[in-house]
Amino acid sequence: MPIKILEEKCTGCGRCLSVCPFGAIELKGKLAVIKDNCTLCGACVDVCPFKAIVLTKDKPSISSTYSPQEAKGVWVFAEQEGGNIHSVTYELLGKGRELANKLQTELCAVLLGSEIEGKSEELIKRGADKVYLAESEEFLNYRSDIYTDALVDLIREYKPEIILAGATSVGRSLIPRVAATLRTGLTADCTGLEIETEKKILLQTRPAFGGNIMATIICPERRPQMATVRHKVLPEAQINKERKGEVISVQLKRDLISNIKIEDIVKEVDKTVKLTEADIIVSGGRGLGKKENFALIEELALVLKGAVGASRATVDSGWIPYSHQVGQTGKTVCPKVYIACGISGQIQHLVGMQSSKIIIAINKDPEAPIFKVATYGIVGDLFEIVPALIKKLKK
Amino acid sequence: MRIIVCIKEVPDTTDIKINPETNTLIREGVESIINPFDMYALEEGIRLKEKFGGEVIALSMGPPQAERSLREALSLGVDEAILLSDREFAGADTLATSYTLAQGIKKIGAYDLIICGKQAADGDTAQVGPGISVRLDIPQITYVSEIKEINLEEKKIKARRMSEEGYEVIQSKLPCLITVVKEINEPRLPSLKGKMRAKKAEIRVWSAEDIETDKDRIGLQGSPTQVIKIFFPPQHKGGEILQGDTKEIVEKLAGILREI
Repeated sequence: MPIKILEEKCTGCGRCLSVCPFGAIELKGKLAVIKDNCTLCGACVDVCPFKAIVLTKDKPSISSTYSPQEAKGVWVFAEQEGGNIHSVTYELLGKGRELANKLQTELCAVLLGSEIEGKSEELIKRGADKVYLAESEEFLNYRSDIYTDALVDLIREYKPEIILAGATSVGRSLIPRVAATLRTGLTADCTGLEIETEKKILLQTRPAFGGNIMATIICPERRPQMATVRHKVLPEAQINKERKGEVISVQLKRDLISNIKIEDIVKEVDKTVKLTEADIIVSGGRGLGKKENFALIEELALVLKGAVGASRATVDSGWIPYSHQVGQTGKTVCPKVYIACGISGQIQHLVGMQSSKIIIAINKDPEAPIFKVATYGIVGDLFEIVPALIKKLKK
Repeated sequence: MRIIVCIKEVPDTTDIKINPETNTLIREGVESIINPFDMYALEEGIRLKEKFGGEVIALSMGPPQAERSLREALSLGVDEAILLSDREFAGADTLATSYTLAQGIKKIGAYDLIICGKQAADGDTAQVGPGISVRLDIPQITYVSEIKEINLEEKKIKARRMSEEGYEVIQSKLPCLITVVKEINEPRLPSLKGKMRAKKAEIRVWSAEDIETDKDRIGLQGSPTQVIKIFFPPQHKGGEILQGDTKEIVEKLAGILREI
């Protein structure tokens, strides 16, 4: 087994036991023993104060598409739909610029679309040095197969060091295909990215186990290093109108043949766009008691010109559609103000909203975990506070 | 119709809590379950079989104890269950896992549809489904909330795919891989008869050799990513608790909201 306990170093302190997410270590006398259900995740290696746990891996014998020495540049996949750039792209350009500066390399955006050249300038003004532009009618909207083909070809040709994409429904479907084709590593849904400057390695941090733990992941040997990044976690790059850059129109070397046809694209705009873009979100939880009481949340949201959010419990109970759900299995939001009404604050909810600038929580239970993240907490009855607040704001 | 459903056994994550004093995971009583999103995949597979005939096969990669989850799948109504299990598979990241599952699928042979849950509840990566489809060189539709039509003669599937802003209706050739979201169905409970059958059923266990894997592409060896650090998210410090009667509190709140 590639994981070993060095018996002469292990003191049986048991720290590895408490950090193992799988319960795969036991103590036999004064010695930690790794059980069969170990997944080699390495959590114990990091926590052991005596360096008594080692995880060894032979040198990879499969070379990647290209070597770390050949690799150059930080790339951002510029997600667009029907000609509009997704705002996560601007967030990635902000982070990408910082990473490129640390690596002393260039920041490039890759833009696939139909008649979309005009958008290249926007990407440059947000920090890109170069834009690789591939235009075709076939690229109007995302289709997994031809987007994969095009991106893979561009990566093979230009050999980027790092590729960042949004952890959106497009990014999380497309990028794993690209990584699997190139046989390189990919970290999903990152919330933090840093550069280890000595070895020029991308440190990719993401939540796991429902947000209970954070893991930092690297891809040391293969290139490109790839990550999808959660929307609304990083700030958008500022616009600099003076910035100049280069637009490189690329000719694809193969025919674009897709097995997928998009028959219809339906936007449920009034409900969902607002939630991730809103400045103010009013959210309801189980404390509302019943479906009908969501009207109160909607009314407050209307007065504040905000959007309506919900906890998983209320969605599971059928009080409100899934498109309103905030949290681990719903949407991640980052409004200026998040008002949580009758939401206890389970970890899966908190991971979806805790980066909001101001959090106001109203809950009857003073022990509710939501108060741990709230900027302003109100221990009280939401059915008293909310109607009074609506009345006050309407004046 | 031949359908393969890929499932993963995961710790029941909603039960994992942190002991704030010791900053460690509280694991007592945490059971292993079938990944919740895979329950919708199993249900959809079984429903399609009931509609079109044929068979549903559940496939999983994991340690020997993952057999328990496959028995649960059998109790729900899948016809056959296969476990890919080998010490060599341990330490696999999503790249190695999708390769291993794709090798398992190749050994199973012909199929019309592969169904996966949208992501696993422990890792939340959503990368294995798309990874399998690339390895098998078949189209994929992710985040499917409804299968609208399947035409086996013309080898076509039409499905509703969820997006952030609504949904798309997508048509693809079969065979195809789909990943499903919870809106797609309401999973059934196992029947008594199903449970009886599952108890007796044989679960095939295939090793690395059985599915002809390249040893440099499986397990830790075949995984380009490494976890270098695991830590607990910083605990938030609570802010100000607003005091006073309703009138005073509302006054303060209105003040805060007006400032924005």
